[in-house]
Amino acid sequence: MTSVPGFDHLIDQKVAAIVGRYEAQPTALIMVLQDIQRSFRYLPEEALHLVARRMQLPLSRVYSVATYYRAFSLNPKGRHHVCVCTGTACHVRGARQIVEKLERDLRIKPGETTPDMEYSLDTVNCLGACALGPLVLADDMYYGNMTNADVDRMLKRLSKSDKEHRAAKEAA
Amino acid sequence: MTPARLASPEALSQLRAQLTRRRREGEKIVSVCAGTGCLACGCEDVLTTLRAEIAKAGLEDEVEIKVTGCPGPCEWGPLMTIYPEKIFYVKVAPRDVDLIVDKTLKHGEIVERLVYKDPVTGQRYAHEDKIPFFTKQMRLLIGNNNLIDPTSIHDYIALGGYQALAKALTQMEPEGIIAEIKKSGLRGRGGGGYPTGRKWASCRNTEGDPKYVICNADEGDPGAFMDRSLLEGNPHSVIEGMIIGACAIGSHDGFVYVRNEYPLAEKNLGIAVAAAREYGLLGKNILGSGFDFDIRISRGGGAFVCGESTALMASLEGRVGEPRAKYVHTVEAGLWDKPSNLNNVETWANVPLIIERGADWYAKIGTEKSKGTKVFALTGKVNNTGLVEVPMGIPLREILYDIGGGVRGGKRFKAVQTGGPSGGTLTVSDGNGSGNGDAVSHLDLPVDFDELSRVGSMMGSGGMIVMDEDACMVDVARYFLNFLQEESCGKCVPCREGIRLMLEILNRITRGEGRVEDIDLLEQMSQVIIDTSLCQLGGSAPNPVLSTLRYFRDEYLAHIEDHRCPAGVCSDLVSHAITEACNGCHLCVQSCPSTAITGSPKELHAIKQIECIQCGACYQVCKNGAVKRVKRGEGEAVQSRARVAWQPREKAQPAVTA
Repeated sequence: MTSVPGFDHLIDQKVAAIVGRYEAQPTALIMVLQDIQRSFRYLPEEALHLVARRMQLPLSRVYSVATYYRAFSLNPKGRHHVCVCTGTACHVRGARQIVEKLERDLRIKPGETTPDMEYSLDTVNCLGACALGPLVLADDMYYGNMTNADVDRMLKRLSKSDKEHRAAKEAA
Repeated sequence: MTPARLASPEALSQLRAQLTRRRREGEKIVSVCAGTGCLACGCEDVLTTLRAEIAKAGLEDEVEIKVTGCPGPCEWGPLMTIYPEKIFYVKVAPRDVDLIVDKTLKHGEIVERLVYKDPVTGQRYAHEDKIPFFTKQMRLLIGNNNLIDPTSIHDYIALGGYQALAKALTQMEPEGIIAEIKKSGLRGRGGGGYPTGRKWASCRNTEGDPKYVICNADEGDPGAFMDRSLLEGNPHSVIEGMIIGACAIGSHDGFVYVRNEYPLAEKNLGIAVAAAREYGLLGKNILGSGFDFDIRISRGGGAFVCGESTALMASLEGRVGEPRAKYVHTVEAGLWDKPSNLNNVETWANVPLIIERGADWYAKIGTEKSKGTKVFALTGKVNNTGLVEVPMGIPLREILYDIGGGVRGGKRFKAVQTGGPSGGTLTVSDGNGSGNGDAVSHLDLPVDFDELSRVGSMMGSGGMIVMDEDACMVDVARYFLNFLQEESCGKCVPCREGIRLMLEILNRITRGEGRVEDIDLLEQMSQVIIDTSLCQLGGSAPNPVLSTLRYFRDEYLAHIEDHRCPAGVCSDLVSHAITEACNGCHLCVQSCPSTAITGSPKELHAIKQIECIQCGACYQVCKNGAVKRVKRGEGEAVQSRARVAWQPREKAQPAVTA
């Protein structure tokens, strides 16, 4: 991904803006990294160097925080982020079957991304909507009371949103 | 109205009077829940349609739409309450909205099919204050959630918000506030149950400057979401509690540490903090009292251990969230080694109530040593799931049956898990012989801090996950250990290595490779981990194993000795088979990912045992209960019997009409 021309410059700009937002306060390190993760869907290596330099922190400290918390990923994530809640309530209502279904359909394991960079599959400890388990969060949309058939519908909806997006792009 | 800083308690009272005057008698308010649960049910579309329909009907001036937080029963969402009648609609879809506007808003009639129907009795309840799910609760903390737009400080003030703060700042001394909290008997709602007043007193009495107050909103327990709902639905109650606490302790800086997974809670809290600042309820010289206090919001990074106080403080400092040994308590040396007082969201939300209505009133609720109410997240296999707030000491039976409406789908209760990964499992046989064998049942257990600890579980943050006969207790224990193994920070050996080794044993048992001596080994290792772990994550990690061993030992033995999973959950010990109850609906064939099911429509179906991957998809879709999970290897025998017993359904009796 870093081979895209201008990517380094883009990272530099974004990191500068994000670090500036928190006035380079060392206490804001986690939130800075979260905002970078949100912008790029992962933490590019270059960004970690820039954060360390701009916040005047040792790179080791930035790296330790980036690898400690679940919210961060050092690998690029797919365009669609499918996240299955595996909290206790979802577990007793069959979250494992939903994970297995997605593993089969997307041919990846949790934590992985499809080779075409379309889908990433993850699990999360609890999304806090336990009454609706099993629950899936896909591209910031919550899908409750999931069954295998609902997974099919959800994946169809995600790929349809792609087609619409492409059509709109072509039309423009 | 222009926001003006409230310079005195009188200004606050004036504003309140002004706001209540503006609320006309009998004004129609439609409140729509927009908590995370209802968002997942599609409430946004309902709101859009509602706005359009109300505009179309020309009712904009007569009807106020209120977007609120979560009133509790998430599974009935999207929820809509119409005031002043308190008409309560469940599962509202956008296409229902024009009917609601036409019938209910214009003519005051009730749309019967949107009314809550009791799943057991079938009785319909049209009004919020008649539904047993609500009437059996004591909703002191979450009761206002569907009356308040969390983004409007006016709603909170109109309902008497910040009056407790005014009282604390002007009529009480810091010591008096602490004495009142001590007298109320309030105990920490985050899990430990430490007396809040005592904690405040130690923090106040410690030398050091500055002092910090912290709100722990890192609700990491899977299966608990009361803190999310409070922050999303009524953030000002938490802020007010924190200001009062800070005043008592002598702190001027507050932090709220919110979970990364709760974007809406963070957003609503952020709006609330900004509004409180604008009105002079945060910042310098609060209500003209000379007291300064402000709150900063910090986002968590998604680590369960950060719910532990020392780890949370490390994370607040922007470091890796590892706990430390607590030879020195955080009230003496916490955040940046300064005296720090940390309480959970729900604890803070209780504070304004106690100050406003008095410790004596509060202490009347609950049991001798556990005062007040507790919000539980009732989830799993009960009919009514959601947030329920009950007085401490209520028998478990009332929560499960009177409020929860009993077990789902005609099955039998088996267990209730409380306290999250650090808690334990209670057994609840409902008298019909739940298969536990022995007579132990905690159905009549009064639910409070001490009783739950006595039976080997704990209050925790209030997750209450109900399981029926389909749950395997070994699998549940394995689930929690797997969770804790992933979440262990790795700093101390007993937790990092011990949990991993225990998990290995449990994995072995669920694969049918367990040994009889494994049970003793699990118990011994549990004790070592409890005794030697650095923090409470490790110290309580073996609880799920110990409590399931205590009450469901026969299930462990079935796995180990008979290589059988009685509940049919552990996929290595299970075969799926179709019985003669099959009506040939063909649904299972369509759902099967490995084309292992054969059979033509209206004929008996069968699972090719060798091709079945035990994914359970057929079990999930079968409406006749024809798919059974049997002991591994016995699938074919069951299906042969089915071939003999099966009868085609064409000549089925026509349905008897009533």
